[in-house]
Amino acid sequence: MIDWIVILNAGVATGTVLLFAAIGELLAERSGVLNLGVEGMMLMGAMTAFKTAVTTGDPWLGVFYAMLAAGVLSLLHAVVTINLQADQVVSGLAINFVGIGLSTVLGEGLSKAGAISLLPSFTVPLLSSIPFLGPIMFRNQNVLVYVGYLVVPAAWFYINRTRPGLHLRAVGEYPAAADSLGINVFRYRYAHVFIGGLMAGLAGATVSLAVSPGWFSDLTTAGQGWIAIGLVIFAQWDPWRAAGGALMFGALRRLILDLQAPKVLLGFPNPFFYTPRMGFFLQMLPYALTILILFLGSREALKKRLGAPAALGIPYVRGERGL
Amino acid sequence: MAVTRPAPASFRFPISVRIERRLDAPRWLPWVTTVVAVGVALVIGGILIKSAGGDPILSYQHIAKAAFGNIGVLSDTLVKATPLILVGLACTVAFRMRLWNIGAEGQFYLGAWGASAVVLAPLLPADAPRVLVLAVMAVAGFACGALWAFLPGYLKAKRNVNEVITTLMMNYIATSWVLFWVFGAWSERGFQMSPMFPKSAWLPRLTDYARQVRAFGGLTLHLGLLFGILAAVVVWLLIERSRWGYEIRLIGDNPRAAGYAGINIVRNTVLVMMLSGGLAGLAGMSEISGVVHRLQGAISPGYGFTGIIIAWLAKLNPFAVILVSILFGGLILGGREIQPSGIPRMMQGIILFCVIASDALLRYRVRIVRRGQ
Repeated sequence: MIDWIVILNAGVATGTVLLFAAIGELLAERSGVLNLGVEGMMLMGAMTAFKTAVTTGDPWLGVFYAMLAAGVLSLLHAVVTINLQADQVVSGLAINFVGIGLSTVLGEGLSKAGAISLLPSFTVPLLSSIPFLGPIMFRNQNVLVYVGYLVVPAAWFYINRTRPGLHLRAVGEYPAAADSLGINVFRYRYAHVFIGGLMAGLAGATVSLAVSPGWFSDLTTAGQGWIAIGLVIFAQWDPWRAAGGALMFGALRRLILDLQAPKVLLGFPNPFFYTPRMGFFLQMLPYALTILILFLGSREALKKRLGAPAALGIPYVRGERGL
Repeated sequence: MAVTRPAPASFRFPISVRIERRLDAPRWLPWVTTVVAVGVALVIGGILIKSAGGDPILSYQHIAKAAFGNIGVLSDTLVKATPLILVGLACTVAFRMRLWNIGAEGQFYLGAWGASAVVLAPLLPADAPRVLVLAVMAVAGFACGALWAFLPGYLKAKRNVNEVITTLMMNYIATSWVLFWVFGAWSERGFQMSPMFPKSAWLPRLTDYARQVRAFGGLTLHLGLLFGILAAVVVWLLIERSRWGYEIRLIGDNPRAAGYAGINIVRNTVLVMMLSGGLAGLAGMSEISGVVHRLQGAISPGYGFTGIIIAWLAKLNPFAVILVSILFGGLILGGREIQPSGIPRMMQGIILFCVIASDALLRYRVRIVRRGQ
């Protein structure tokens, strides 16, 4: 039968991918730059990480280069949207195409690479014996999952409790005012778009070196970059809510696998086992859920008057009227 | 506004580069910058191909020859361009209102599914006349694409739910939906494809008339191209010459002003999204009825996404969409045998990138000024 501890344990692991990508995008959006290129940057990261691990045998070097490769892509976005004031939506889409295409070209033949050394998984001795949470969070998790546990509070603290974080929020809400107070709007935007790229690269490396190892062209990430962008909106630009959403999606992915395995489901013959094509409906679930949470999130945003950073998507030009 | 970049005080360069805001740009300028941008993209792509171990000049030569080398491949290029024209127009309509329909790929699949349902369900008797079958298929394809776009459009209009994400999520749902039918009810003897459509559900091709005109022998060009050209004319009339088009353009340029002018933004958002989805759905119908002749999982090498680039490259001009589609059709066709296989896709991304970067030249001019003036 369905073991919730196992599902949540796996959910935390797969959710880490979304977590990294969403936190990175969240920071970029807080500075006022929407980067829709997450999927492409993740693929670039996943390919670079895997390729480096194959050629050098060092997965950590793979993580490093993955972050760098995705970071370079994000800098392209920064130049085009911050300096050249191009439309952020279109530029983000372009980043996607470049990321998907370039990773397919450079990752040619990589899918046959065979077994490589992956990032280690381990159990934390004392913490794993905490009832309920222990076996979910600290038993046999990948090292990057533990990194994820640190990233969420760090991002929250940075945004809400530090001076640069305060500046970041000002830049995203009202860049002209921030500029008049001597905050370098361009530097903040560049830095956070770059951090977003680094995190997307890390998310990609998490896929190809830890969660579902390997390189399967654009099926490697299967739209998770887009789900991450949806999560940021659902999370109302708050790291803790992003983490919750990431866990939910991670658990759902595992649940979909588990639902197809048993012959009997809730006392009935399992339709997903006996007619495998019903599984296509299960595969729709993460995407349908993304639409659903965006819908629910919009309701809440209307009620509580929450919203995106006010300057999100608007290029900043010194001395021009507007936001 | 003028931004000056003075050289460091210690070393005074005799000339300085000034970047100034343009007050107006000449009409020809956008097309020149676009052509230059595509050229730059080809150079960048060449460098990348070289670094991936390929030969850029040979690759480009091969693509050009395999796409435009003789009448046969030219016909194949036009066949590839046909869905691109319709999908490019779908994106053009939506983008004109700054409505980011990224879901043309899913709407394409649903259009193909709807058209197939007419044949496979079947909605029409087997001996129905060909004109009727094709007409019903086209309507079904358009309608299914439009319905697929309804939900994102409605959510955007009513709740301001980000349409980029929702349309994209609908793409993934659409492919699963089509696979469900292809693997199940419509599967041919357990294969992952539907049975071949009867001839009455095929769009007429040039080669079908080889007996009358011998030169047409072997040419696969089908009636879908006419759909695309007609759709371009209709879209142009709609956007540039109709009251509704004026409303769409006004909402795109300044939604607040449009609201004050009493334009119904909610209704227009839903309608434009559905029109966009319908055109993409028609592309799916044209492809399934003109080329594939059966429903299967892989019917699109990312036409829906290429449509986004085409619309942008064509500067949202319906007639330019036709021209750009033919060039991209050639790129896809000629790029098929090129290794590594991701090159056409990568090139599309780089071209789009260079074009949006070059748009800055429309807003700013670079002037070289002598010091001391």
